[in-house]
Amino acid sequence: MEEPEQNVATTSLPKPAALQKSADAPVFDTPGAAIFNTDTVSIYYGSFRAVTDVSLTVHENEITAFIGPSGCGKTTVLRTLNRMNDLIPSARVEGDVHYRGTSLYHKDVSATAVRRRIGMVFQKPNPFPKSIYDNVAYGPRINGQRNKGKLNEIVEHSLRQAALWDEVKDRLNNSALSLSGGQAQRLCIARTLAVEPDVVLMDEPCSALDPIATAAIEDLMHDIKSRYTIVIVTHNMQQATRVSDRTAFFSVLRNEESDTRTGVLVEYGRTEQIFQDPVDPRTRAYVTGRMG
Amino acid sequence: MAVAEPQQRPDLREPAGWRRTRNRIATALMVLAFVLVIIPLGFVLYTVIAKGASIISWSFLTGGPIPPNVLPASVGGMGPAVLGTIEITALATVISVPLGVLGAVYINEYGGKGLLARLIGFMADVMTGVPSIVMGLFIFSIWVLHFGYSGLAGAFALGCLMLPIVIRSSDEMLKLVPDPLREASYALGATKARVTLTVVLPAAIGGIVSGALLAVARAAGETAPLLFTILTVTAANRNVFSGANTALSTQIFANASQPYVGAQARAWGAALTLIAIAFILMIVARTVTARFTRYSR
Repeated sequence: MEEPEQNVATTSLPKPAALQKSADAPVFDTPGAAIFNTDTVSIYYGSFRAVTDVSLTVHENEITAFIGPSGCGKTTVLRTLNRMNDLIPSARVEGDVHYRGTSLYHKDVSATAVRRRIGMVFQKPNPFPKSIYDNVAYGPRINGQRNKGKLNEIVEHSLRQAALWDEVKDRLNNSALSLSGGQAQRLCIARTLAVEPDVVLMDEPCSALDPIATAAIEDLMHDIKSRYTIVIVTHNMQQATRVSDRTAFFSVLRNEESDTRTGVLVEYGRTEQIFQDPVDPRTRAYVTGRMG
Repeated sequence: MAVAEPQQRPDLREPAGWRRTRNRIATALMVLAFVLVIIPLGFVLYTVIAKGASIISWSFLTGGPIPPNVLPASVGGMGPAVLGTIEITALATVISVPLGVLGAVYINEYGGKGLLARLIGFMADVMTGVPSIVMGLFIFSIWVLHFGYSGLAGAFALGCLMLPIVIRSSDEMLKLVPDPLREASYALGATKARVTLTVVLPAAIGGIVSGALLAVARAAGETAPLLFTILTVTAANRNVFSGANTALSTQIFANASQPYVGAQARAWGAALTLIAIAFILMIVARTVTARFTRYSR
């Protein structure tokens, strides 16, 4: 049932020249339904064009990684996927962002409803100054869940999914701010999973963490992949190769006249292809360590 | 094994000379400033306690009515004034704190950089600078002239004084709430009202409450706005909404300016009572702040 819909979605998407070649190469590539479909999206802050020409498709139950140098707009693109950029008054999106076939920026779409289904984990762990329990129960509560037993169940299930339950089960009423950085980030993941989102967006979730905590979060991403679709922004290329199925490489275009920098999607494809056989020379330079 | 060459030890002591002297001068100046600040404060406390402590008793705090000035200090008590101060200040708090906190929430969470938010912030700053006697005159002309003296009128005047303090202190507290917390809540599908009610206000509540209590303590000691609005009387008035009332601050003013020993003793006693009330409010403020911030560290 999903097949024809997905075909329509991918064929209606104009592919950048760079993608044409890679699209027919991997014969074993059988992606799930299209979750996000962006069509020549540009994002502006006021009159400044931060990112331009982003066209990509994010598939169900896959981990999609956004990589690229600083200032290339990875995070900006990620934040347009659940309308977090609405919080910045000057931000403006041009082009179509489709989520499961619905235009996210249609005037009837409520950002609240969007974010309810598309959760986000931020670069710096940002637990609320509440107890561990209240942090996880926050999402279900604001969505109307008042039943104590149900809440207990959700909290335990979410913390288990985030591989944090065993560490905190005896101190659920302690302040969440007493947790270490890695634990706090897993708590934020548990908090996101507690509302049972469809998609989890992760904005450099491991950049503030040590390698052990990073490994824990990467394991957790693998574990939850079968139930969620994940989009992750990362600076760490090894991380992208370890966790992701598909990778989008962003780069920066310098505008000499106005001295501004605009992010651009250079290449998007299977992670193995991006790292082993990139089509664009800029991608090759970046993934092999010769920055371009 | 070869013996290591003797190494020249670095001199890590503070260099002598002008730099050290300057350091000492600055330290001495700071100590001097601290002493200068503490002297009047200690002297005020000492005088008020020395002159007021002897008259304080349960009957002084609760008894009444306030006797005529000529009578000695042992007669009657300041009960009506204690009652009036508590009534009027409580009513002023009920009026100004919710308004002030809502105003601060508007400035911080809803108004953004809009004209209205900037206007409210600016007017709050201007209001902070308005002399308290002008607030009293204002309420006198728009309320007392039409409805007569009452505790309510006094509460309005005190409320006008407290409002800008509450707005500004709450505003500062809301500004301190980190944006990532708001984002975390938005990312879970919360509406703006939810974010404000369940994340921003709880995170800032300790500071908001202590700011509000500071405003209360400030208002409790105000005299000028009450002179025009409650008309100092000697009998207790339990009805804060109508009829002339009295308060500790206005009683201090009325009694201290008299030549009679009894009246002056009552004024000192009232002054000590007022300081004690402010002190208790401060302690409550600290306790409340500590209690509300138990999850923030």
